[in-house]
Amino acid sequence: MLNGIPINYYIMLSAVLFIIGAVGVMARRNAIIVFMCIELMLNAVNLLLVAFSTLHNDASGQVFVFFIMAVAAAEVAVGLAILAMVYRNFKSIDIDLLSRLKN
Amino acid sequence: MLGLTITQWLFGILSFLAIMFALMVVFTRNPVNSVLYLVLTFFCIAGHYILLNAQFLAVVHIVVYAGAIMVLFLFIIMLMNLNPDAEPRKHIVTRIIAGVIGGVLLFVMVGALKGAEQLQIVQGGPSQIGLVKNLGKVLFSEFLFPFEIASILLLAALVGAIMIGKRDTNTNDKDIINQ
Repeated sequence: MLNGIPINYYIMLSAVLFIIGAVGVMARRNAIIVFMCIELMLNAVNLLLVAFSTLHNDASGQVFVFFIMAVAAAEVAVGLAILAMVYRNFKSIDIDLLSRLKN
Repeated sequence: MLGLTITQWLFGILSFLAIMFALMVVFTRNPVNSVLYLVLTFFCIAGHYILLNAQFLAVVHIVVYAGAIMVLFLFIIMLMNLNPDAEPRKHIVTRIIAGVIGGVLLFVMVGALKGAEQLQIVQGGPSQIGLVKNLGKVLFSEFLFPFEIASILLLAALVGAIMIGKRDTNTNDKDIINQ
């Protein structure tokens, strides 16, 4: 019989991962790294959904994680296409330079 | 060994590694190294999924994230040929403020979630919902409509990505002539 792990530990782990991602979004200027930090935040939420899904023995949470993965894949495809276009036009992906969107 | 079971040891080690690799993602200057650390973070999270008896999601997580999305990131980074020495850095004040905001956010979250229920997660035993068979039954009965909508979303994203990424032929010809 395996000893379980309190749900609090999963909540704390997810919170820490989410905040690392949030700090990365705020502190970095490279747009690709900002994207990766957003992925990190999505994964923190996914982990918590799976933990609660297992806790309540309900499959809905895991199906939600499945959909979140599909949406994340779509988001990354479109986002990276936009970044590639921006890099072609501006020769830079520094978000501080791109904050005005026009010229 | 401190009275901990194997599951608890694995949970601790995987959590430590996931947090360390996540920190390295944020604090590494070379974007390629950042991507590789993010892949390691995803492997640690997949390990957590296996600990939670969600085998299907663990496999899908590795295939989709480490296999597809991260390769896309690497491809784009290599396409842009970013020089780590010319990596733009935010002003030191901005970075300190970001760290302080993160710390305050962590403080608030820990404070708000401290009173969460102390239930034990059932592991290894009766929880069989993460297996492909059970998850597939739920996915194709209860969640059939969202599943189809997701396919349309992926198609739209595919078309959108191609349209955005396509070279604008008219302006491009003019640029070449001007050069």
